Amino acid sequence: MNKIAENYADEIQKIIAKYPAEQKRSAVMSLLYIAQREDGYVTKQDLNEIAEILEMTPTEVVTLVGFYTLYHEEPGGQYRIQVCNDLPCALRGADEFLEKLCENLGIQIGETTEDGLVTVEGVMCLAACDKAPMFQVQTGEGLAYHEDMTVESTLELIEDWKREEK
Amino acid sequence: MANYILLRHREIPDIHKLDVYRKNGGFEAFEKVVTTMKPDEVTEIVKTSGLRGRGGAGFPTGLKWSFMDKDNWPHYVVANADESEPGTFKDREIMESNPFQFLEGVAIASYAVGATEAYIYCRGEFWELTQVLDEKIAELEEAGLLGDKLFGTDYSLRIYTHLGAGAYICGEETALLESMEGKRGQPRLRPPFPPSFGLYGKPTVVNNVETLTNVPPIITNGGEWYKNLGTEDTAGVKVFSLSGRVKQPGNYELPFGTTFRELIYEHGGGISDDRSIRAIMAAGASSALIVADDKALDTPMDYASVRDLDADLGSASIIVIDDSVSIDWVINKTIHFFEHESCGKCTPCREGNYWMGHIIERIHAGQASQNDVELLHSVAKQIENKCLCALGEFSIQAVMTGIERFPQDFEAAIK
Repeated sequence: MNKIAENYADEIQKIIAKYPAEQKRSAVMSLLYIAQREDGYVTKQDLNEIAEILEMTPTEVVTLVGFYTLYHEEPGGQYRIQVCNDLPCALRGADEFLEKLCENLGIQIGETTEDGLVTVEGVMCLAACDKAPMFQVQTGEGLAYHEDMTVESTLELIEDWKREEK
Repeated sequence: MANYILLRHREIPDIHKLDVYRKNGGFEAFEKVVTTMKPDEVTEIVKTSGLRGRGGAGFPTGLKWSFMDKDNWPHYVVANADESEPGTFKDREIMESNPFQFLEGVAIASYAVGATEAYIYCRGEFWELTQVLDEKIAELEEAGLLGDKLFGTDYSLRIYTHLGAGAYICGEETALLESMEGKRGQPRLRPPFPPSFGLYGKPTVVNNVETLTNVPPIITNGGEWYKNLGTEDTAGVKVFSLSGRVKQPGNYELPFGTTFRELIYEHGGGISDDRSIRAIMAAGASSALIVADDKALDTPMDYASVRDLDADLGSASIIVIDDSVSIDWVINKTIHFFEHESCGKCTPCREGNYWMGHIIERIHAGQASQNDVELLHSVAKQIENKCLCALGEFSIQAVMTGIERFPQDFEAAIK
């Protein structure tokens, strides 16, 4: 049984229709996002199912998961806070922001909080250099930008998420 | 006279709405080309305008369009919205705030090269923005400005978005095309170039978002009008992304030829905390480090003048560095960026950046000797001219010029 094909049949059809009939493989990036919706990462079963839908080999699919940073092979927090600490952001305090945020959450960069809610990562440029410190939040549902942030405003945001979870 | 050609939302607040965009002349240029002009005539106007690619390479846009192989069909237009160069955040503002002018540019380019399908390759991080673009495209189809038999002619056009997933290298046009085909984003050997062998092996024009956004006003006002803006070397206007240690970072739309001093001190409000400026990177993290002396500050920002400073203007992403940081720290940042973003295809770039990362860590941690600084320079030198795409070249610019132009910082670091 191909769960992705069954659960998202209409959406997948629409995505494949964007490309020429013999170029179904172009839909693979979008299908990997769909696969991440439920658990926030791509499972082995997802790889096989996507490969079957697009007539690719699972190996061809898994190399993409490894290559592109927004796909994950391992589970992480429900919310992945991805802080840009590239040069322009670092010139505006992004490194200190990232360090203090982790300190407040009691984790190291790349780790997940004990309750499994938040993973904090340092990432490469997000094209928002004038609004640092900034980060994006990745969940299974997608991505959202948060700009001109402070440690305090970030901790408040996390508190909001906790309330939503209850 | 309007002050803005690209960032028009700063004067017309609701221009992201289709009715407002149309009230301000929107889609008249597209209708004009489809109903009254031959495709090649459109390309001629763009050639006359002197418009050059705004993604960094500065290749003449009209010339690129004229290279499309007319014996091989279909043709494609792909808009490069993979904006990922550290220090660059102009395309995002354009697409968020003046999306219809960008989409009209895609449409005109498509007509000019005979494409009936165009794609917008958005970096995965532009997730929310891509959803908005999908809505705008649907609105255009509803309004009869995209779709079948446009304006009562036989010309049909569909535009689709395509979402990437986090890879700087996909801003390189052939890597972008590989990625669109559902593969890892690794650059192709060139030639052949995309206008003869592009998406799915078909002739393809890949243009940057800002480049395409320039096209509607060029069609409306004429090539000569545009050519007279800017300098003799570099026609037109540019959205300069200003970041780093300045009081007012942001995007500034100015004519080419504006000096670094005017951008940084007048528009950017000067250096943060009123400290002293030390270095400028003019093309984001891919830049040579320019010593910010009076000569550099008074240099007009066009491609040729910045070249005279042994640097490149590239995408005009100006990162300002003051005396609060040392240059070994700066190149520690750029090396780790390129080490992470190297696609792994070419050994000099993949391994070279890995080793440069180790050496600079050692230098920055105060555990290195002068030999290590020389070794770092030597590794950078060995990457030069040995890679398929420009990423390898980009990765060594700050390293080599940092060591050559700011030796005192490295001396201090190894003591």
